[in-house]
Amino acid sequence: MSGYVIRKPGRAGLPPAFLFLAGAFVAAWVLVSLFGRGQFLSAANISNIFVRSVALGIVAVGQSFAILGGSIDLSVAHLISVTAVMASFIMQGDPANIARAIVVVAAIGLGVGLLNGLIITKLRVNALIATLGTGLFMQGLLSTSFQNFAGAVAPEFEVLAYGTWGPVPIPVVVLLGVVALGALVMHRTRFGARLYAVGGHAEVARLSGLRTDRVLIGAHIIASLSAVLTGLFIAARLGAGAPWVGQDGVYDLESIAAVVVGGTALAGGRGGVLGTLAGVLIFSIMDSMFNQLGTGAFLKQVFRGFIIIAAVASYSVRSREEVG
Amino acid sequence: MVRRVPPIFVVLLAICVWISLLNPRFATVPGFMSFLMRAAPAAILAAGQLFVIVAGGFDLSVGSLITLVVLGSSMLIDGDPANTAWVIAVMFLIGIAVGVFNGAVTSWLKVPSFITTLGMLVTLKGFALLWTGGAPRGFLPNNFRVFGRNRLTGVPLLDEVPYAVIILLVVAVVATYLLHRTGWGKQLIALGDNPRAARLSGVPTAKVRILAFVASATSAVIAGILLGGFSGVSTNVGDGQELGAISAAVLGGAKLLGGRGTMPGAIAGALTLQALFTLLNLLGWPKPLRDGLQGVIIIGAVAYTAWRERRS
Amino acid sequence: MAANSASPRQGQRGGQPILEMRGITKRFPGVVALDGVSFDVRAGEVHALVGENGAGKSTLMKILGGAYAPDEGTLLLDGRPVSFSHPWEAQRQGISIIYQEFNLLPYRTVAENIFLGREPLRRGLVDYGRLHRDTAHLLARLGVEQWIEPDTLVKDLPVAHQQMVEIAKALSFSSKVLVMDEPTAALTDREVDLLMGLVRQLRDEGLAIVYISHRFKEIFAIADRITVLKDGRKVGTVDASEVTPDDLIRMMIGRPLDAFYPEYARPEDIGSPLLELAGAGNDVLDDINLTVRAGEIVGVAGLQGSGRTELLRAIFGIQPFTRGTMRVRGQEVRVRSPLEAVRLRMGFLTENRKEEGLALLQPVRDNTLLVHRALRPLLARADGVLSVAQLTGRVDLRAAGLHQEVQYLSGGNQQKVVLAKWLAVDADVLLFSDPTRGIDVNAKAGIHRLIRSLARSGKAILMASSDLPEVIGMSDRILVMWDGRIYGELPAGATEAEIMALATGQRKGGRSA
Repeated sequence: MSGYVIRKPGRAGLPPAFLFLAGAFVAAWVLVSLFGRGQFLSAANISNIFVRSVALGIVAVGQSFAILGGSIDLSVAHLISVTAVMASFIMQGDPANIARAIVVVAAIGLGVGLLNGLIITKLRVNALIATLGTGLFMQGLLSTSFQNFAGAVAPEFEVLAYGTWGPVPIPVVVLLGVVALGALVMHRTRFGARLYAVGGHAEVARLSGLRTDRVLIGAHIIASLSAVLTGLFIAARLGAGAPWVGQDGVYDLESIAAVVVGGTALAGGRGGVLGTLAGVLIFSIMDSMFNQLGTGAFLKQVFRGFIIIAAVASYSVRSREEVG
Repeated sequence: MVRRVPPIFVVLLAICVWISLLNPRFATVPGFMSFLMRAAPAAILAAGQLFVIVAGGFDLSVGSLITLVVLGSSMLIDGDPANTAWVIAVMFLIGIAVGVFNGAVTSWLKVPSFITTLGMLVTLKGFALLWTGGAPRGFLPNNFRVFGRNRLTGVPLLDEVPYAVIILLVVAVVATYLLHRTGWGKQLIALGDNPRAARLSGVPTAKVRILAFVASATSAVIAGILLGGFSGVSTNVGDGQELGAISAAVLGGAKLLGGRGTMPGAIAGALTLQALFTLLNLLGWPKPLRDGLQGVIIIGAVAYTAWRERRS
Repeated sequence: MAANSASPRQGQRGGQPILEMRGITKRFPGVVALDGVSFDVRAGEVHALVGENGAGKSTLMKILGGAYAPDEGTLLLDGRPVSFSHPWEAQRQGISIIYQEFNLLPYRTVAENIFLGREPLRRGLVDYGRLHRDTAHLLARLGVEQWIEPDTLVKDLPVAHQQMVEIAKALSFSSKVLVMDEPTAALTDREVDLLMGLVRQLRDEGLAIVYISHRFKEIFAIADRITVLKDGRKVGTVDASEVTPDDLIRMMIGRPLDAFYPEYARPEDIGSPLLELAGAGNDVLDDINLTVRAGEIVGVAGLQGSGRTELLRAIFGIQPFTRGTMRVRGQEVRVRSPLEAVRLRMGFLTENRKEEGLALLQPVRDNTLLVHRALRPLLARADGVLSVAQLTGRVDLRAAGLHQEVQYLSGGNQQKVVLAKWLAVDADVLLFSDPTRGIDVNAKAGIHRLIRSLARSGKAILMASSDLPEVIGMSDRILVMWDGRIYGELPAGATEAEIMALATGQRKGGRSA
């Protein structure tokens, strides 16, 4: 049996990560019911699990594109900080500045994604080093210019983090919208098909007439733009951005972890954003469970590491190839 | 081994000369020894990381392992110097166990080492914080801290030599010997260059790779002991060290995903990063900007290597 | 456009060349792959390109397809000079290529592979309904719709069907020029017939077809003109109706075939059995019985997918046997990994020297000593008692020195390094799979002499090859495989026809000398 579901084209199918998601859900439910405080299955808690997933979920969708293309983006955490700071700095609490702030941070995201893509494809720098470098560079500029919370977002802007749409929190709507858009791009556009090809086998893609460089650059722009959106969300939630918010959330490594737990191969070419959503939700469920069990924050971290390894092992263990 | 001087040594020398011009004390024996002492943990870590990198992998768990060593030692010793010896032994055992785990999961469960060690990074940090309740606790006695901050006196010619520098020297010699002069080292490089060919040549890939992760983890334990001595107990002592070690190895000419790399190069890479920070500090650059420049430099170094390989 | 010019007489088709290559030269480190080659093809014509492995055919096609840029020379399309810096440019100009190595993505479906990057759209989104229908239509045109579903993942298709998908992909471009690089290597006779019919149909529709093959039967069945390449140079272009297969062979190798291979084993060369298999099998092989004795070369012939290479991989422990018995030097053994095979002093050499044989970034010395080191304690000194210079001397290696990285050696010398690696540990059961594929003719003869001299020195050699002349020329006995079994055994000097009869499952058994 293959670790990956044989799927019909056009239909993403349910990735195996959803099996783990269901498992995590049931385990959390049982454990919390037996030993925990409060209700695991309450609407408030379920909503809470989703809200927890928003910041990581959005950036992880973008990371899925980079990883699916056989690349990786370590600069997202720093870009999140840059975005959060720049957005709140430009807004200065004034709703009139919201549009300008968004345009500026979107332009920054576009530029960073383009730069990452160009360094990787044209200068042929390993993606890990390239994005580590651009991340350090951005963080350096940011931390030199700002030492603390800078400015404030407009109160209207905080709707992004705290508003509701009927009974549903707006951040959850945003997350699901981003996932849906990501799935659409991945599975229903030519760009998505090309990305699978480039990540699956770059030389085959090239000989098939694809301009692989463009595809990879596109993937990196998507990764950066999704980091920008996460940055905006965090600024809205905190009311202002500080130059450490991205690194504090470890969004670089956590987003990579969510993507691979969701079943996307680190080498590229296999997987998808739905799996990534499952990966992020698994993390949130575990967080929520450990909170309700009252075990403290650190035990959950111990487990999270093992979950990452175990999930990826379940996809990879049948491979006969050597991995490094 | 390539018999010409790798560019990193030229760069290192140039930066050192520049520093000496700005600060003549740097060019004295005590000044340079202080520099080496500060650079020792990073250089040892880079040496360990190189074993994994030439084999085509990554070890992201070393930063968290350093934190665990520092916090764990201070918990277990708890100020009683009599405990130091066995605690250090325990730390090495923990390190070996972490290395074996990283290597075994990568080799047998086929989890890419980037992910295995990323998981380990999260878990070990969590474990260290769980152990101490999230804040630095306990106390490291002087007979532990001596390695990281004290000097051996009465050395001919040099007068005083920090223990850390002696340890770095020993690690450098042993690591160079292991990587470049033993069958294991050569098999490790061949494994990173072409895993399939290595396997078909009878290379015991799992054993060879597991030992590389053990070497890396051991280097983290040593670096942790030095850092604990040098800067005391803190919960973020290891943060980001893994990326510094990878950058140092890459600056020293190592090829990510394996097959190329030299031990003197990796150590020189780490010293170069440290020298660069020293220089920028002297030039009055604020710390964040120094980190930022580091980003540009590692991209430039790798782009330059890639360009040179394409041209030949 | 030129469809009506297709005349029934061979050799007179077409008018102006639609595609012309003039004075193409391409150099790689250590080898001139093409040296001033000119070549043209007309609409409605099948132009066969033949030559030994390493003659430069594939390089020429990669230049045509935009995968390589030539160092010198020009390309003319419809009389206009063109240059391709990327495969997509060649494709856009109407040139499509079926490469010899597979160019499909295993984890994508047949339909997704065929229309990769050109998926039909509706309102900006991929129209999977139409993608499915277009693919089904294309597969029906090829007559393979009953075997291949548009929605199957390519990795789940047998090799022959993957080849059909490649062809469908090339056809989907509605190109002017179609290049087929050994398209029948993996096909059975029936599938070859199907393909031949298709090629004729496309030719009659006005396509210009470049057909690379070394199967003369196909070439004479289908080609209008034949161009022969040898050692990167063009020997000549002839009308297919005016030459015989013997003429072609002479053009290709420049000497009679039998002068090309070393002598067979003499009775006194043969020693005791070193490798014996009885009733061995695994998920792709069944009931394998064979014996290889010291001093002899046993050839294994068979189509791609027949189990020819899988047999060697099973013996060497890569995909081990799960049943039956294996004896090495008379001792019953179980080999579950390459390491166990290496410990039994078995050696393995394949055509994929870059993927399976060598650590390319490492010098000659480290590659030569790799197996030796693998068998010694891990912490033993890297440079033991062995003389690398003596080993490389035994295989007649031509390198700038023992410190030269093997990536800069020619293919023939790379294979010699792989051989030296096994000689370093005195491996005496040697498994070779297409040992000379992709190597130029002279180096090939050198390797063949080397293999024979290894046999003379008492090694037992099992050599699988896709190159029938090589199997015939080298083997003291020939085993022919089909469908994962040994279908028969033939003596030294068997004919191609005898081998093919067994290799396509038409006959079972064999004959003795």
